[in-house]
Amino acid sequence: MADINLTVNGRTVSGTCEDRTLLVQFIRENLGLTGTHVGCDTSQCGACVVHIDGKAVKSCTMLAAQADGAEVLTIEGLASGGELHPMQAAFREHHGLQCGFCTPGMIMTAVDMVRRHGGQLDEKTVRHELEGNICRCTGYHNIVKAILAAAEEMGAGAKVAAE
Amino acid sequence: MYATTYHRPKSIEEAGQLASEEAMYLSGGQTLLPTMKQRLAAPESLIDLRHIDELKGISVEGRKVRIGAATTHFEVASSDALAKVCPGLCHLASLVGDPAVRHMGTIGGSIANNDPAADYPAGLLGLGATIITNQRSLSADAFFTGLFETALEEGELVTAVEFEAPEKAGYAKFRNPASRYAITGVFVARLGDGSVRVAVTGSGADGVFRHSGMEEALAGNFAAEAIDGTTVDAGALMSDLHASAEYRANLVKVMAKRAVQDAR
Repeated sequence: MADINLTVNGRTVSGTCEDRTLLVQFIRENLGLTGTHVGCDTSQCGACVVHIDGKAVKSCTMLAAQADGAEVLTIEGLASGGELHPMQAAFREHHGLQCGFCTPGMIMTAVDMVRRHGGQLDEKTVRHELEGNICRCTGYHNIVKAILAAAEEMGAGAKVAAE
Repeated sequence: MYATTYHRPKSIEEAGQLASEEAMYLSGGQTLLPTMKQRLAAPESLIDLRHIDELKGISVEGRKVRIGAATTHFEVASSDALAKVCPGLCHLASLVGDPAVRHMGTIGGSIANNDPAADYPAGLLGLGATIITNQRSLSADAFFTGLFETALEEGELVTAVEFEAPEKAGYAKFRNPASRYAITGVFVARLGDGSVRVAVTGSGADGVFRHSGMEEALAGNFAAEAIDGTTVDAGALMSDLHASAEYRANLVKVMAKRAVQDAR
């Protein structure tokens, strides 16, 4: 068994799980944070994307034991004080979701994208960077629109602030 | 996934001591963990390499490049120092998987697995790189031996790769849109001594291979049209549901031309 100590959404948490437990299982089942979804379970669909030490990773393709000691940010940690994160607000505003299953992963990927590119995102880059996130409802158009709008709002300062 | 025991060594030496017939090294895990989930691999223990500092980082001194085995695809793709001397390899790394996969997957893990459709085997074979392990160093030509096969012995660990930056190099990849692996990928490098190396991934029935006909043609004239006169033998290529051997044979030439055109 593995003793896991993590900082999740700014809060120190610990738990015990099997060495083979996937990070996504630990987040959902041990911590009860079910915003992170399991879609394909084969690292294709991106519904399980969380940030580990500031970088987007697929939590279905990482063991909880590998993440021991890391800082984890999940979809539940994005909003602050009841105020939606600009990326969440943009997805709502631009109707960037239909069934919503892929949305947590889309948003975590999108926030990471803005962190790396700052406000200089264009449509081509967004579409290319979404290659690891699959949505079966929207046709992606409104997701792309939402990310571009949020990137603009978060501004060029986003990249610098994150680094 | 079957039960396994997780280890987190802090040094190459400690990792080597944990190695055994039943253990596997776990680098980024982007191939190994999915394989374990499918129960196609069931190591009794996993030796995590992500916390060994001496396996990480990129150093460029003059034209000499050294990349630690646990350096991620993202780090290779976004290295300014590497982009100055070998942008072709940065480009190759930027085409592996997707952004989240590139944050975890590593160069050492990719070459130790030697998937016949992976990108790095073509890059390192094309660069004539040297693979450094915890026991020896060997040429890329000697390292990649077949489908998912390398010259690595039981417990031997890739620690770094080294190469002399080429005069120019390019990589062109025809991707499977679902898996993002190469249906065909070709890495072309013109080295400092004027010789040319052409390495092909995604196509060979025995994994990554060099194409000597193209190498000779390009050494005489480093231009896409030099490839027109070469032939690719479909008999040595893979056929699967994604592409027939004949289609791949055509793709090898097309990708080689694009790699030459894009070479920087």
